[in-house]
Amino acid sequence: MPRDSELAVVLVYPDLLGTYGDRGNALALTYRARARDLPVRLIEVAPDETAPETADLYLVGGGEDVSQALAWETLKAEKNIIAALRGGASCLAVCAGFQLLSREFRDRDGKMVAGLGLLDVVCARIPDRRAVGEVVAEPVGIPALPTLSGYENHQGNAVLGPDARPLGRVTRGLGNGDGQTEGAVQGNVVATYLHGPVLVRNPALADHLLEQAAGPLAPLSDEAVERLRRERIGAALRDDTRQNSGILHKLRAFGGRMAKARGA
Amino acid sequence: MSQRPSSPDRGLRLRAALGAGRVASALSRRTGRGSGGVIGGRVVLKVQPDTPRLLAQGRRIHLVSGTNGKTTTSAMLTAALGTLAPVASNADGANTPPGFVAALADPAEQVVLETDEGWLPWTVRNTHPASALLLNLSRDQLTRHHEVGKIAVSWREALAEVPTAIGNADDPDVVWAAMASSQQVWVAAGQWWTQDSVACPRCGSRCHRDGVSWTCGGCGLSRPKPDWWVEDDDLVSSDVRLPLQLPLPGRFNKANAAMVVAAAVHAGAEPEKALTAVREVRTVAGRYAVQEYADHRIRLLLAKNPAGWLETIQLISQGDAPLVLAFNSQGVDGRDPSWLYDVSFRGLAGRRIVVIGERAADMGVRLKMDGLEYVDAGRRVRDALALLPPGQVDVLANYTAFQDARRELAHAAGQ
Repeated sequence: MPRDSELAVVLVYPDLLGTYGDRGNALALTYRARARDLPVRLIEVAPDETAPETADLYLVGGGEDVSQALAWETLKAEKNIIAALRGGASCLAVCAGFQLLSREFRDRDGKMVAGLGLLDVVCARIPDRRAVGEVVAEPVGIPALPTLSGYENHQGNAVLGPDARPLGRVTRGLGNGDGQTEGAVQGNVVATYLHGPVLVRNPALADHLLEQAAGPLAPLSDEAVERLRRERIGAALRDDTRQNSGILHKLRAFGGRMAKARGA
Repeated sequence: MSQRPSSPDRGLRLRAALGAGRVASALSRRTGRGSGGVIGGRVVLKVQPDTPRLLAQGRRIHLVSGTNGKTTTSAMLTAALGTLAPVASNADGANTPPGFVAALADPAEQVVLETDEGWLPWTVRNTHPASALLLNLSRDQLTRHHEVGKIAVSWREALAEVPTAIGNADDPDVVWAAMASSQQVWVAAGQWWTQDSVACPRCGSRCHRDGVSWTCGGCGLSRPKPDWWVEDDDLVSSDVRLPLQLPLPGRFNKANAAMVVAAAVHAGAEPEKALTAVREVRTVAGRYAVQEYADHRIRLLLAKNPAGWLETIQLISQGDAPLVLAFNSQGVDGRDPSWLYDVSFRGLAGRRIVVIGERAADMGVRLKMDGLEYVDAGRRVRDALALLPPGQVDVLANYTAFQDARRELAHAAGQ
C-alpha cells in the first residue's frame, strides 16, 4: 500500500540479543514490506547509542544469560524504547527479550527481578528440563494466524496473568514451559520463545506486525516459505526432531554420538 | 616409547582391552563399517575405562581444541612436531575418548589429540597434556552446547592443570581460559566472528574492541601482547619472519599455521623446519580436496557454524565458480539452523547457486531473504552438478552434508 513515510523498524542491541538468528526477523519484515512496495528502514541500535522514540516496530531478540544481563542494564534505562512501547509501538520479543518485557523475570543469579512490565507475565525457570526442539502451536492471541511453527531452545517458563493472552496453544513442544501455551500477546506486543526465525517461518505473523504499523497489506504468498513450513510442521508432528521424546530420541541420540565419535 | 603401567593386574586388563579393541576394529573393517578406530576404541573403553590415562603416562601429549579449525590444525601440528620425533594423532577427526584410544595405542613418543571443546576437561584430567593449543570459541550446535560462555568456564577450570597454553590472543574467551595455565604463548590468530565475545568472560561486563585490540570495560581483561602474528603472508615473532606460502586457502588457515608453529617452537622445533612441514598439509579429511567428476572440478569446503560460514563465504566470494550449498541438521550439525541468519550471504550475489540436503528448504529461504536466486536440486550432489555448466564448482557443506557429499562423489568415481 502507498505510504508517505518509511516504516521504521528498530533492531534492539543485535550484538547482545541475537543468539539464535534473531536478525532473521528483521530480514523477514523488510523482505515482506518491500515485496509490497512499502518503504522500510531498518535501524540497528547498539547499547551505547540512543534509540529512536518514534519508530513503528521494535525487535528485541534472544541472548545467553550474560548477554541478557548486559542488555538489561541498558534497556531498563532506555527511556525512548520504553516510551515508544508504552505508547503503543509494535514489538516482537523473543526468548530473553520476552523475559525482559515481562513483569518479573529470573536474572542470571537466579533472583526474580522486575522487568519492563509491558507484559502481564512472570518468567522463571522450567525446573527439570530444557525445552529443545521443534514446536507447533495453534494461534490463540491473534486468532487469524495459521498454525505457528518454530524451534525452541530455552529453560525459561512464562506464567501469564489476566491481561496477557498466549500467542498459541502448543501441539508439539513445551512453549511457556507448561506444554500447553506458547508466548504472549498484549496490546501491540507479541512475545514468544520461538526461533526459526519465527517471522521467517510464520510470514502471517510478520504481516500482522507490519499491518499494526502500516495498515492493511496486499496478500503475498511465498511458495519457498510455504514449503519450509510444511516440512517443519510435518517433521514436528512426526515427532522426529524433539530431543526429549522417548525411545526414538534415545536411538537417534546414540546414532548422533556414534557419528560424533567418528569425527564431527 | 610409552611407559607401561606398573600394576600387573591393570597391565593385563589393558592388554586384554586393546586386544578386544583390535578384534572389534578388524570386524568393523571386514564388514565395511569404516576404519574401525571408533568401534575399537569403544570396546577398549568398556573393558578398561582407564585406558586413555594408562596409555598417556610418560608421553608428551598436545591437545588441539576450539570451535573451528581443529582437524586442520591438528594435522599441521602433527606435521610440525614430526620434525622432532614420531607423532601419533587422531587424524581422522574422531575427537572424543574412543578416537583418543586409537591414537594413544600408537606408541609414538609425542601425541597430538584433536579434542572436542566439550571434552577438553575430561581429556586434561585423563591424559595430563604438556600443552593445549586453543583456537577459538563461538556458537556451534547450540542444541547441544547451549551457551558458549559455559564452555569457556569449563576450559578455565581444566587448563589450570596444563603447563602451557598456546592461545589465540584475539579471542577473549580463549584468553581468559588460557590464563589459568602456568605459561602462555599468545598468537594473534584473528577473530572475525565477534558476536560470542561481546561480554567479558571474567566479569560479564562489555568487551570493547578497537581494531584488533579489545578491553573489558569492567575488570580490565585485555588482549595480551602476541608472541607470534601474521603480516600479509609472513609469520612473524620477535625473532623470525617467515613466508607462510601455504597450499591451504583462507586467512583462517594462516592463523592456524601461526598457532601451530608457535606451539611447535615452544616444544623445541626449529621454526623453518616446522613451517616447511606445515606446508606439506594439502588436504585434511577431504577438506579443500579437488575432485573431478564428469565435466566438473569440484572443491569441497566444510563449514559447520556461523563463524565457519562467515569465513568460508569470505573465501569463496573471491572467485566466481558456481556453488552448491549442502545443508543438513543431524545431531552433530545442530538441529536448529536459525543461525543461518547470523551470517550474511550477500557476498555470493551474482553466483549460480544450487541448494541440496535435508534442510535445503531452510537454506533456500535464507538466500531468498538476502535477495539471492537459487535452485533446489533435492539431496544429491550429482543432481546439483547436472544443473551447472562444466568447469569448477565449489561445494560448501555443513558436517554431515559434507560426509554425504564425499561418500557420494567417491562412490560415483568408483562406478
